[in-house]
Amino acid sequence: MSRTRRIRSAGLIRGVLAVLICLALWEMFARTSRSTSLTPPLELIGQTLAGMLVDGTLLINTLHTLGRVLLGFCIAALIAVPLGILMGRSRFAERFFLPVVSVLLPIPSLAWVPLFTLWFGIGNTATICVVVYAAFFPLIYNVWAGVRSVLPIWTRAATVMGAGRWALWRKVVWPASLPYVIAGTRLSVGRAWIGVIGGEMLASPTFGLGQIIFNAKEFLNASVMLSVLVVIGLIGVITERFIFNALEEATIRKWGMAASARR
Amino acid sequence: MADGIEVRGVTFEYSTGLGSVLAVKDASFTVAPSEFLCIVGPSGCGKTTILNMLAGFLAPTRGEILIGGKPLGKAKTDRGVVFQDFAQLFPWRTALANVEFGLEMRGVGKAERRATAMEYIRLVGLEKFSSTYPHQLSGGMQQRVAIARALAYNPGVLLMDEPFAALDAMTRDDMQGLVASVWAATKKTIVYITHNVAEAVYLGDKVIVMAAHPGTIRQEIRIPLARPRDPLSDEFIATQRHLLTVLGARKPPARAAAE
Amino acid sequence: MSRITSICITLLAILCLAAAWEAFARFGGYTPKLTPTLSMIGAALVRIAANGVLWTAILATLNRLLLGFAMAAAIGLLIGGLMGRKQWIEDMLLPIVSFVYPIPGLAYAPLFILWFGLGDVPTILLVGISSCVVIILNTWKGVKSIKPIWLRSAEVMGAGDREMLHHIVLPGALPYVMVGLRLGLANAWRILIAVEMLMSVQSGLGWLIFGAQTFLNTDVMLATIAVIGLIGVLLETQVFERIERATIVRWGMAAA
Repeated sequence: MSRTRRIRSAGLIRGVLAVLICLALWEMFARTSRSTSLTPPLELIGQTLAGMLVDGTLLINTLHTLGRVLLGFCIAALIAVPLGILMGRSRFAERFFLPVVSVLLPIPSLAWVPLFTLWFGIGNTATICVVVYAAFFPLIYNVWAGVRSVLPIWTRAATVMGAGRWALWRKVVWPASLPYVIAGTRLSVGRAWIGVIGGEMLASPTFGLGQIIFNAKEFLNASVMLSVLVVIGLIGVITERFIFNALEEATIRKWGMAASARR
Repeated sequence: MADGIEVRGVTFEYSTGLGSVLAVKDASFTVAPSEFLCIVGPSGCGKTTILNMLAGFLAPTRGEILIGGKPLGKAKTDRGVVFQDFAQLFPWRTALANVEFGLEMRGVGKAERRATAMEYIRLVGLEKFSSTYPHQLSGGMQQRVAIARALAYNPGVLLMDEPFAALDAMTRDDMQGLVASVWAATKKTIVYITHNVAEAVYLGDKVIVMAAHPGTIRQEIRIPLARPRDPLSDEFIATQRHLLTVLGARKPPARAAAE
Repeated sequence: MSRITSICITLLAILCLAAAWEAFARFGGYTPKLTPTLSMIGAALVRIAANGVLWTAILATLNRLLLGFAMAAAIGLLIGGLMGRKQWIEDMLLPIVSFVYPIPGLAYAPLFILWFGLGDVPTILLVGISSCVVIILNTWKGVKSIKPIWLRSAEVMGAGDREMLHHIVLPGALPYVMVGLRLGLANAWRILIAVEMLMSVQSGLGWLIFGAQTFLNTDVMLATIAVIGLIGVLLETQVFERIERATIVRWGMAAA
C-alpha cells in the first residue's frame, strides 16, 4: 500500500518536473529571442490569459465553440445512432448504407469548407455543417460495428429467458454494443473538435476559439494564440478525464469489455 | 546432456503492503542427473516459486541452488522452461521458428538450427504443422511446441510449470504419455510442477509433497513402479492413495474403509 | 443473402446517392454554378486530369504527406518506444503528451505561420508534429502490452538486450504500433488538406479546392473532393491493410 503510493508520488514528481523543465526552457528561449510578440515570455502569456478571462472574451468564444461542437454532435448522433443500429441489424440496410459511408468517411471534413461557405455563406451554418460531417461518420461506423459485435449467444440466451423485442434492445444489444459506441463517440467528438477549430478559421463565423487564434495572426500576437492553445488543451483534458474516462469506468471497464475504436 | 540439481536450505520471502510473506521456508532436496522429479502441493504452497528460483527468475532470500555442481549465476541458458500459459509461444513466429529461437540466440547457423528444430518438432509429433502459426494450433499442440522449444537448445535441465493444467482430460493423458517418451528419449533432468497426484505418480521417479502457509516440503517419496506405468494397476492406485494421504487431501485408509 | 443480391443493393445505394445529388443539382434552387450536375463534375475531373493540374496537385500533396508522416513516424516510434521501456521517461512525458493530444493540430497553424512563415516547410513541420502524438501514445501502449511471459521465455533461451528488442519487443508491440501509424497517417492526411488551404502553398489538393472557390468552380471543387476521398481509401486499404495481412493478421494478433 505505502509502496504503491510512493511509486505513484514519484511518478507525479517526475511529471511536474518535466512540465517545469519545459516551461523553463520556453522562458529562456523567450527571453533571449528578439521579439516578445513572436515568443512571449510566460508572464505575458499569463497576463493575456487573465485579461481575456476578466473581460469575458475567453468565456464568450469558448461557449460559442463548445456550443457548435455540442449542436453539431447532437445532430450527427440523431441520424447516426438509429441508422447505425439499423445497419447492424438488417443486412439490406448494411449493404445499402455501408458503401455510402465508406465513400464519404475518408474525405476530411475540412475539405468541404470552401464548398459549404459557397452554399451557406461564411459564418455559423457552414461551420456547424463541417462539425456535423466530421462527427457523423466515425459515430455511424462504430455504432454499426458495435451492434454487429453483439454475440448471438447473448441474444439467444435473453430470448430463451423471455426477453421481448424491446427488452432485448434495451438490456442486451445496447449494453453489448457500448464498447464500440463509446469508442466511436470519443473519436467523433475528437473529429468534431478538429472540425470546429478548422471551420472557425476558414469559414469565419463570429466568435469562436479558432477565430481568435486566426485573427491574432494579423496582429502578430503569439501570446493570444498560446493562451487559446492552453485553453483548448485544458478543455480536451477535461472532456477526456471527466467525461469519457468516467463513462468508461462506470460501464465497459467495469464489465471488462474495453475495446479500441476502429477508424 | 543432463545436470543434477542441488537445493540447499532455500527460503523465499517477499514483502507486501501488509508485511512479509514466507513463500518457501527452508527447502532442501536433490535431483540426480536424468531423474524425473515431480513437486505436488495445494495452491499457495510455493511450488511455482521454487520453479521460478530454479529458472533464475527469482533469487532465494536465503540458501543456495546448484545446477550441474555450479551455483546459479546470471546465465540462465542451461535450463529450458515450459509454462502453463499457452501464450508463451511467440505469435509472430511459426512453430518451427519458435523452436529455433534458442539456437538462434546461440548463433547457430540457419541450416543447422532448422535441422535441429525439425528433429524436436518430430519428437513431439508435429512435423505436419512446422510452418503453422501458434494461433492456428490447438492448446495441446501449442504446449507440444513449447516442449520442443525448451528442449531444442539442449539445456541440462527441463523445468515444467503445470504445463497441462489448462488442457482437457483426454489431451492431458496424451501429453503425459508424450512427456514420458520424450524423457525416455532425451534423458533430461526434469522438474515438473503439478497439483494433480495421478500425473505425479505416472511421471515421477520421485515426488516431493509440499504444504502451504508457509511453503514447506512435507515429504519426499520414491515411486518404485516400473515403466511404462499403468494407471489402472493396483500398485499405481495404492501409490496414489498413499500420496493423497500425505497431502492431507484424504483421510487415512482405515477410517475411509470404516465409513 | 447471395453475393449477387448484395452487389445489386450496393449498386442501388450508389445509384440512389447519385440520383439524389442530381435532383438536388437540377431542382435544388441553387444555380448550376453552385451545385453542378454529375456530368459537369465528371467533365471537370477529365479536364483537370487532362491538363495535368490534378497530377501536379496530387504529387505535391503526397510529397508533403510522405515527408510529414515520415517525420511523425520517426519521432513517434522513438519517443513512444522509450516511454514504454523506461518508467522515468514515461512519468515525465505522459502528462505533456496527454495535454497536447486533444489539441487539434490545425490550431497551431497560425502560430507556425507566425514563426516560420508561409509555404512548404511549416506545412510539413505542422503535419509531422501534429500527427506524431497518436503514434507516440500507441507505440507506448504497444510496448507496455508485451506479455511478460514472452520476455521470460526469451530470457531463459538466452536472448540479450539487443535480441530482445529485435525479436520480442518490436513484433510484440506491432499490433498497437500499426494502429498508431494508421491513425497518424489518417490525421496527417486530414490536417494536410486543411493546412494547404491556410498556408497559401502554391500547389496541392487543398490549394486546388481553395483556389477553385475564388472562381466559383464548384465542379472542380467536388471533383477534387472525390479524388481526396479516393486517395484516403487507397492509403487505408492498399498500404495498411496489406502490411497488416502480412504481419499481425497472419500471427493472429490483429484484435489488439
